[in-house]
Amino acid sequence: MNRVGERRPAAFWWLAALFAAFVLFLYGPILAIVVLSFQGPSGGLTFPMNGVSTFWFSKLWQGVGVVDIWAAFGRSLRLGAVVMVLTVLLALPAGLAFRKRFRGQSALFLVAVASLIVPSIVVSLGIGLGFRIVDDAVKGLAEATGWGFLRGYETAAGLYSSALGAHLTWTLPFGLLILFAVFNRFNPAYEEAARDLGASPWRTLRHVVLPIIAPSLVGVALFGFTLSWDEVARTSQAIGGRNTLPLELQGLTTTVTTPEIYALGTVTTGMSLVVIAIAIGGVVVLRRRRAAAGG
Amino acid sequence: MDGGGAPVMVDAVRAAPRRSWGAYWQAAPFAIVFLLFFIVPLCLTVAVSFWHYDEYSLQPAFTLENYEEVFDGCIAKLPSLCVTFATYLSTLRFALMAWVCTLVLGFGIAYFLAFHVRTVPMQMALFLICTVPFWTSNIIRMVAWVPLLGRNGLVNQGLQAVGATSAPLDWLLYSEFSVVLAFVHLYTLFMMVPIFNSMARIDRSLIEAARDAGASGWQTLWSVVIPLCKPGIVIGSIFVLTIVMGDFVTVGIMGGQQIASIGKVIQVQMSYLQFPIAAANAVVLLGIVLLMIWALTRLVDIRREL
Repeated sequence: MNRVGERRPAAFWWLAALFAAFVLFLYGPILAIVVLSFQGPSGGLTFPMNGVSTFWFSKLWQGVGVVDIWAAFGRSLRLGAVVMVLTVLLALPAGLAFRKRFRGQSALFLVAVASLIVPSIVVSLGIGLGFRIVDDAVKGLAEATGWGFLRGYETAAGLYSSALGAHLTWTLPFGLLILFAVFNRFNPAYEEAARDLGASPWRTLRHVVLPIIAPSLVGVALFGFTLSWDEVARTSQAIGGRNTLPLELQGLTTTVTTPEIYALGTVTTGMSLVVIAIAIGGVVVLRRRRAAAGG
Repeated sequence: MDGGGAPVMVDAVRAAPRRSWGAYWQAAPFAIVFLLFFIVPLCLTVAVSFWHYDEYSLQPAFTLENYEEVFDGCIAKLPSLCVTFATYLSTLRFALMAWVCTLVLGFGIAYFLAFHVRTVPMQMALFLICTVPFWTSNIIRMVAWVPLLGRNGLVNQGLQAVGATSAPLDWLLYSEFSVVLAFVHLYTLFMMVPIFNSMARIDRSLIEAARDAGASGWQTLWSVVIPLCKPGIVIGSIFVLTIVMGDFVTVGIMGGQQIASIGKVIQVQMSYLQFPIAAANAVVLLGIVLLMIWALTRLVDIRREL
């Protein structure tokens, strides 16, 4: 409706102002804490800046009170990486399966969507309960039998069991929905051509389908990592003794009253931005390579 | 060509039944994750909500005592609200406020991107700008309001400097206002993306036709654009409403741990190891959320739209 060169209607300027305000609303607060994390040693939680220093970063580096923040950082990073890989490895075949017909197709789709919609606290509570019941059963078994290898059993819940599962119920539906969108726009003529030329299904997938959808898979991976990296609600009741970074952060919001928490925010956000930049860079490179190959 | 094609054709025919089995193998790992970490936990939650518990253990049983405890005295006390009803009502109010704000804002932003930005690369760039914060930490995005809304924050400093207020305003942070603000800050994207998606599919000639038939800008918006955006609006609404209904993190941090919500009640009960009553609360919450979704989906068939 708006062609290039046509005069902009008044509505455009109103909406452009709204958009600009929205962007300021989105980025303003984060910019404020990034700036404030460089407070001088005597600076407080609010403006004005009391000098400029990296004091709070070096303090952060030494650790935040009793919480071993860097261990949590590492745990979240590793968990995020595992969730990212599993999200791609599980969502891709599922996306391929949905292109064919199979029994239970619509039920599985409904379950995946329901997993997005059911409140996270309910999912988290359910997973926590499940692991608790398993733990009680194992402990009961240990008492009843006296088996040595069960002695000292604490819990099956942990980073790579309950927390991993909780994260996947959140990342996999996003992955599936992205793949749905991708395959809806996918031209099957390419696959048919490969098949006509004698390619096996595996080779068709490897040399035709995957290269075409590679940029979208980067997107799925990005969702997998970043959603896991920030996850709080689903993890809260489904984590063993050792917290992830966002869970520690949630606790720190009430206890830390120095710009150290801003420094931590700057580092965490920096980490997210690096991952986003890698993903966007990856997509651009893949697109260019494809354009070069096609042209 | 014929010679090369025929064996492949035979192959394809022979492979057909095997390939349908392939779909099961491909979907199985995905399905197993949801079975183990979604279906089973939900069933357990429902089951445990009927269990009996004492200080030491959970005992399988079928009792309604947990539900009675959740709604203890609620009917007798009416018309004054018991704690449970008050909590549900306050959570509903948050959901309603967040919904209205995200809907208006999300619709406006999506409308700008879909109808006023002229080139696709520009559209993608602006869209990306809106999306990037979604991929960063929600907790940090909440903490980030402290230097702006706190007693000595930028907003209070500004208001005092221009003389709009003599004493710093206390209701800016750790209040209902800041909770709703954070919801809007965090979740407008969930509204904007599906609405934008719906708008992008609208055939532009429909709008030109409306204009040619003499419709004003508002009339076009109301009778053409909004009806065609209904699926996006419903999907976005489901997202925002369900997230806010179950929230305890945002209400906790932005409410200074002083404001109640259903999610927070469940979380506190879990931390006191009162599992069955937490489960009963979770089942009630789930029921309410499903009811809201059902009501919204009456308005539109979502599965047809995806």
